[in-house]
Amino acid sequence: MERFNTISSKATPIKIENIDTDQIIPARFLKAVSREGFGDNLFRDWRYDDSNNLISDFILNKADKENKILIAGRNFGCGSSREHAAWAIFDFGFRVVVSSFFADIFKNNALNNGLLPIQLKENSLNKIFDLIKKDENTKFKINLENQLFSIENHSFSESFNINKFNKTCLINGYDSIDYLNSKKEKILEFEKIQKI
Amino acid sequence: MSNPKTLFDKVWESHVVDTIPDGPSILYIDKHLIHEVTSPQAFSGLRKRGFQVFRPEKTIATADHNVPTVNQHLPIQEELSRNQLSKLTKNCQDFGVKLYGLGHKYQGIVHVIGPELGITQPGMTIVCGDSHTSTHGAFGSIAFGIGTSEVEMVMATQCLLQKKPKKMLIEINGDLSNGVFSKDIILYIISKISSSGATGYFVEYSGSTISSLSMEARMTICNMSIEMGARGGMIAPDQKTFDYVKNRKFAPKEKDFNRKVSYWKTLVSDNNAKYDKVLQFDAKDIEPMITYGTNPGMGMKISETIPNFPPEGSKDSFAKSLDYMGFKPGTKLLNKKINYVFIGSCTNSRMEDLRIASRYVKGKKKAKEIKAWVIPGSKQVEKMAIEEGIDRIFTNAGFEFRQPGCSACLAMNEDKIPKNQYCISTSNRNFEGRQGPGSRTMLVSPLTAAVSAINGYVSDIRNHL
Repeated sequence: MERFNTISSKATPIKIENIDTDQIIPARFLKAVSREGFGDNLFRDWRYDDSNNLISDFILNKADKENKILIAGRNFGCGSSREHAAWAIFDFGFRVVVSSFFADIFKNNALNNGLLPIQLKENSLNKIFDLIKKDENTKFKINLENQLFSIENHSFSESFNINKFNKTCLINGYDSIDYLNSKKEKILEFEKIQKI
Repeated sequence: MSNPKTLFDKVWESHVVDTIPDGPSILYIDKHLIHEVTSPQAFSGLRKRGFQVFRPEKTIATADHNVPTVNQHLPIQEELSRNQLSKLTKNCQDFGVKLYGLGHKYQGIVHVIGPELGITQPGMTIVCGDSHTSTHGAFGSIAFGIGTSEVEMVMATQCLLQKKPKKMLIEINGDLSNGVFSKDIILYIISKISSSGATGYFVEYSGSTISSLSMEARMTICNMSIEMGARGGMIAPDQKTFDYVKNRKFAPKEKDFNRKVSYWKTLVSDNNAKYDKVLQFDAKDIEPMITYGTNPGMGMKISETIPNFPPEGSKDSFAKSLDYMGFKPGTKLLNKKINYVFIGSCTNSRMEDLRIASRYVKGKKKAKEIKAWVIPGSKQVEKMAIEEGIDRIFTNAGFEFRQPGCSACLAMNEDKIPKNQYCISTSNRNFEGRQGPGSRTMLVSPLTAAVSAINGYVSDIRNHL
């Protein structure tokens, strides 16, 4: 997994709530058998029209492709468990998703792929949407070690939650499968005493 | 009792291998169900690491998401689907995993075959790379959907890293009115608490209404727990549960079964067990339901009008959603012309669903201008339906009775609803484009789907009983 520490970047805002994983990556693109290339079809049906032409006023087609932060409305990532949603967002170039509320499975999938979900207060999120609307060059700073989200040249900052285990994994690029595999003895012991 | 526990606590605690301080628990998984769409990258990961599937005997595979629902005996035409299915076959062979692939007598939607084969049992932990794994909670198991990295994790270690969720109790009491089914119960609850109302929670359903339901009806309720954001939903096992499991292919046999039942009987929440949230509903308030928007929380009683103001949880998306659906606030859906009817999916494709729908359809003809598809949940359901003559009831009425798979629920195969066409669907999600790009979905119960198919418009079954 890619290491994560601090990020300083502009952000791409999608002010829509309940963005489900079928919007992030429609099911018809889940036929691939590798993890790569899903970014091309990120928000496919919002980015392209019926004739496969780019819809120029959709934010993802307008915003700077170098943006590392995606900002979206409440209940982001609801719906299916497809990890392809996290892969698509990461593959497109984002390293952080900011919202006021995340669906559980999406959050886990993001963390397992080096994509940091940051949950801010609802009014902070609205303030950020307003700021970007006024100035799309607004830059944001994320410091994972200090768990701090801040706006450059602004007094605003808000701390965010992440458990110590996930934080350590992200900062060091550790893989939780390697971690679990190192616990095999405990797992074997458990199997011996298990009831079911 | 000193430390009263909920059903969830009991099952969870009996599966914790270890807990990481300020981190997740290591949770042991009893059954891992896999399918073609979310497993290939996990198998590739194992190969890269040089790992085996740690407990192949606890891993069961089937082909469902991507399969055609006609001519399943012929090679799959679509190249990418064919490739994904052949990858599944090869991966299962290489790693020693049992596969019920296309053509096998046990093939079917993963959440239909688990229970019908007796793989799903009370008190288990069950995971699958599919969010509707919550279905299996109807047996009093902790069952939930996972991502592909987690699929790889379970393959490698038979364990998952999971934070213990909060607990919610949803209690429903009273008798259901005529024409109201378990699908209506769950659509009603989701419409009340929104599509994120249970995020962060694991739900337990209880009350006299729930107890009175059959196992298949309970599965429909647990299936849609994820549609209100809950990781899963569970129902304490009772005599109906034990009777359902008994004598199924992989169910424990004879003495072993009796021993298991005495353990399963302990799987109930203790008196005074604590929940983080408790919700209560009255069955008599529930009517046949329908969704009007683009998330399952945007639902209403079928006789009602679309609200004039956004419901909780859909404030910003309300206008966009109605625009997508081609609906206006304050209007009724009743008598609205439809184009497609889909009876199927892991929510409503079991025998009971097909029996209920076919009983109404028998001797009638579907409306000429619509297409109606019935997709049985599994080969076993298909076989039983044919034995009972249910397939002919549907085909005589002009419906297509097809072969098992996920089909138009997520339109990964050819079964797609065209742009701007309205589909009355027994599936679980009405998201934009879910049933095909531009498709417009209204979620309902199998009986509402049946009566609407005959009339060709959105219909209230209570006017036709």
